[in-house]
Amino acid sequence: MNQINNEKPAAFCRLTREAVNSSSLIGVFVAALKREWQLQVRRKGDLINPLVFFALVVVLFPLGVSPTAEILAPVAPGVLWVAALLAVLMSLDALFRPDLQDGSLEQLLVCGYSVAPLSLAKVLVHWLLSCVPLVLLAPLLGIMLYLPWQAQGVLMLSLLLGSLALSLVGAIGAALTTGLGKSGVLMTLLVLPFYMPVLIFGTGAMQAAINGHTALAHLALLAALALVALALSPWAIAAALRIAVSGE
Amino acid sequence: MWNWLKTLYHRLGSPKWFYQITGKWLPWFAMSSLLLLGLGLVLGLAYAPMDYQQGNSFRIMYIHVPAAFLAQSVYMMMAAAGVVLLVWKMKMADVVAQALAPIGAIMTFISLVTGAIWGMPTWGTWWMWDARLTSMLILFFLYLGVMALREALSPQEVAAKACALLAIVGVINIPIIKYSVDWWYTLHQPASIKLTEKPAMPASMYLPLLFMVLGFYALLGWSVLLRARAEVLRREAKSGWVRELLKDK
Repeated sequence: MNQINNEKPAAFCRLTREAVNSSSLIGVFVAALKREWQLQVRRKGDLINPLVFFALVVVLFPLGVSPTAEILAPVAPGVLWVAALLAVLMSLDALFRPDLQDGSLEQLLVCGYSVAPLSLAKVLVHWLLSCVPLVLLAPLLGIMLYLPWQAQGVLMLSLLLGSLALSLVGAIGAALTTGLGKSGVLMTLLVLPFYMPVLIFGTGAMQAAINGHTALAHLALLAALALVALALSPWAIAAALRIAVSGE
Repeated sequence: MWNWLKTLYHRLGSPKWFYQITGKWLPWFAMSSLLLLGLGLVLGLAYAPMDYQQGNSFRIMYIHVPAAFLAQSVYMMMAAAGVVLLVWKMKMADVVAQALAPIGAIMTFISLVTGAIWGMPTWGTWWMWDARLTSMLILFFLYLGVMALREALSPQEVAAKACALLAIVGVINIPIIKYSVDWWYTLHQPASIKLTEKPAMPASMYLPLLFMVLGFYALLGWSVLLRARAEVLRREAKSGWVRELLKDK
């Protein structure tokens, strides 16, 4: 342990391909971003599976409820949002586990830098790679659910803002359950109550757009939720990771 | 006074002292809760006047309101215990948090069920997607989440810290959830049946309620101490003082 502590920046930075020349926080943050990008881009299955999940859940509703436009169109905002929310949740499950298994998570914790920005880098890259494709897929599924055209833009914008909040909050749950072999249902139970505000404002924005009102108020609230999550959740994620690693 | 409190706090950090001190508190909590609950029940069920709109059905309030009070404050206590655990590493705080979680869940459940039973005669429906009902239901799920996390994680120290963190995150989120659910409710069509506006209660109605609320808090103290003391014995089963204690009996 002492040995690791003595060469603390090097241990983590060796994991990033480029050596960090400046030991400033920004430099380390950028290095962590690059490392996460390389790692997550290579896990193609983890990137595609949430998208397939999203599409599949949406397909269940015409089959289960009714295929007619009169019934599908009014429930489309809720169906799209719930399906997207669950897809984001599922995609977060394996966020920290590979790092815990190969030991790089421990290196991250002992590298001497604040853990919060480093875990923030992980979540941000995950959001960019997993949630942004989800946002791009959403309008297609919206058309299939007879979502009115004027709501498509709001759908994408609300999902873009909302999924950032969802990723950040969900990452707390993912970090808490990292030490467990499988955590799917438990993580859902922990995180879903915290997702309800995002769902309310996300679907509210779309309802406003469908009814011809401005969705700005809802979108502003979604952005506020995302910013609060951005400010606070990295600290909770960092604390949760420390707890998870201490249990190993 | 301050020094006395500080000494008490430090002593409560030791399992042995915790067990001994709370043993002295136990009968006081038990007596006051039985007394207050008995008084409140008799006064509330037999002597309080009938509500001129709701008839006798309003009397379920004497269970419903205290349970709802506890449902919310137990979560705050759990988070406060979590802060004590994470900041001062006081293990007894986790014992208390562990004892609190199921009680909070049960209180939330009682307030939901009594609310449903009360809703039938007054609103004409068992369940309504009312803002308060919905946030209470979410609170129930928050309790279940904390309990499930403790169940899943091991060793105990890890589970303790993880539950403490989750409770603290929950406390930050509860106002956001509450606010957003209120917002959601006002956007949806308001219910056609509303809770009749309460007349200002006469003392014969609210005094029993006051007794019941205090009695519920005393009951909470009693049951938390009982559960916490049993947990202390379980956790310290290998230590000398527990063995000696059990040898005597």
